[in-house]
Amino acid sequence: MVLENIISIFILRYLQKRLPDAEAYLKWHKILKVGMLLAVTFIILGYSPIGSRVLIHGLSLALVGLIIYGVFKVPEFNQAKTIAYAVLPYLGLSLVSEVIDIISPSFYESIETLLDTAGFFAFLWAVALWYLSRKQKKALELERQKSEEREKEYRLTEKIKAQLEKEVAQRTQDLVKKKEALEKALNELKATQDQLILSEKMASLGELTAGIAHEIQNPLNFVNNFSEVSNELIQELREELKKDHTQRDKENEADLMEDIAQNLEKITYHGKRAEAIVKSMLQHSRKDNGKREPTDINKLADEYLRLSYHGLRAKDKSFNADFKLELDENLPILEVVPQDLGRVLLNLINNAFYAASEKKKLLEDEGEGKDFKPTVVVTTSLEQKGVKITVRDNGNGIPEEVKTKVFQPFFTTKPAGAGTGLGLSMSYDIITKGHGGDLSVISKPGEYSEFIIHLRQD
Amino acid sequence: MKILIVDDEKDVEMLFRQKFRREIRNGSLELVFAFSGADALNILEETDPPKVVYVFSDINMPGMTGLELLEKIKTKFPQINVSMISAYGDSDNYNKALTSGAKGFFTKPIDFESLKKEIQSLMG
Repeated sequence: MVLENIISIFILRYLQKRLPDAEAYLKWHKILKVGMLLAVTFIILGYSPIGSRVLIHGLSLALVGLIIYGVFKVPEFNQAKTIAYAVLPYLGLSLVSEVIDIISPSFYESIETLLDTAGFFAFLWAVALWYLSRKQKKALELERQKSEEREKEYRLTEKIKAQLEKEVAQRTQDLVKKKEALEKALNELKATQDQLILSEKMASLGELTAGIAHEIQNPLNFVNNFSEVSNELIQELREELKKDHTQRDKENEADLMEDIAQNLEKITYHGKRAEAIVKSMLQHSRKDNGKREPTDINKLADEYLRLSYHGLRAKDKSFNADFKLELDENLPILEVVPQDLGRVLLNLINNAFYAASEKKKLLEDEGEGKDFKPTVVVTTSLEQKGVKITVRDNGNGIPEEVKTKVFQPFFTTKPAGAGTGLGLSMSYDIITKGHGGDLSVISKPGEYSEFIIHLRQD
Repeated sequence: MKILIVDDEKDVEMLFRQKFRREIRNGSLELVFAFSGADALNILEETDPPKVVYVFSDINMPGMTGLELLEKIKTKFPQINVSMISAYGDSDNYNKALTSGAKGFFTKPIDFESLKKEIQSLMG
């Protein structure tokens, strides 16, 4: 009898704990409290001598029955179903034994042991069910915790993701800014480079001027001299023609005529020579990138070797060097940019003369050099796939550690102000990028340097 | 009289031959030409003593320069007159030529009148 009420209190307490504290549940809280008070009252009454034992047992059973009914009926209390299932067999058994005891006490006595055994099993049932429910609950709790953790993790990941996205956006913005800054710097560099290329062009034009002046002066002298002498010849011819025809020297007349004709040819030839020099000078100074055109490489090499020689000669009176042209007459006509290739040749030849005469100076400083003759040799030769041009000097050569740097922009071994350090790097660009060719150098320190241009025939 | 003219410009020969046409025709002058310093020395060494009495040499030539040629001629054949002809009439060249024993110094373009006078003075 006590047990029924303890079950009641237990279930009520269980429900009370799980019932929310909200206003709407105030009624249910009151009802639960009343139920608990009733159960406690029944326990006390059960121990007191007052009242009928059967009545109190009946009331206790009614109370617990009502509670279980509520557990099944009221949705808020459904969670106590498991407890209800656990205690139902016991409560049923208790009701049945009470009813049997009332109806037939003798029969009750005869089956009392059986009822006790059943009571024990009902109790076991309750304990087992309780145990299982606990276990299930724990598993559920664990699952809930896990899912909660997963949720937490997910939320954390989301947070990190958002943070990362923000950072990526920031970085992207930074990078875009940097990219723009770099682009600006690049454009400025390009402009500076163009400016430098132009000033290098102008510098090499300056180097050329003296050579060009000399190269133009020579043919002009011939033009003047040959026209002058032709005038004299005509004068002589006139005098001859005035003579009586028996005294006329027909042979001399023919000679004079022949000379005059030859002189006119010479005048034309030297006039054209001067014109060609002026043209190539204009080409050389042209700002825009020239177009490729069929070019006689031998003629170009000859022209620039002379320009270089006379240029240096005009600039430095003490300069003197020997030069040789070894041209392969079988060269094909190549499609090149003549002023660009000319600039390369001029640069290489100027360097070669410089190197050879530097060696001469060095030897003279040591009191030697009487037998040393600075020499520059320019050769052209036909190759399987194109043309090879070499510029060789017998100067002091290029040390191994410098050889790798000679084509780098701004690298120069000349004293400050004597070279821009752009000549060879520009030459390299013109040959490789501009013409798809190849520019290389071989050297034996103390003996020679040789720059080799390979041009492909397309 | 035999005169040697040294210049790397080959058309110089034609020009001189026409300028001294009369003198060559009447046999008073004989012109020989060399196109480099080495050529010139070869010509001078052909006969001993050399028949050439006067050398006119360009200064600016590939290989041996006119000034080097001048020194060599003056060492080997001090009796031969040498005058320089140069496009570069600067004082450096001029002084160097005269101290090395050059008789005269002519600038290009050549003034043939003064050249003729110079030759005539030698022909007497």
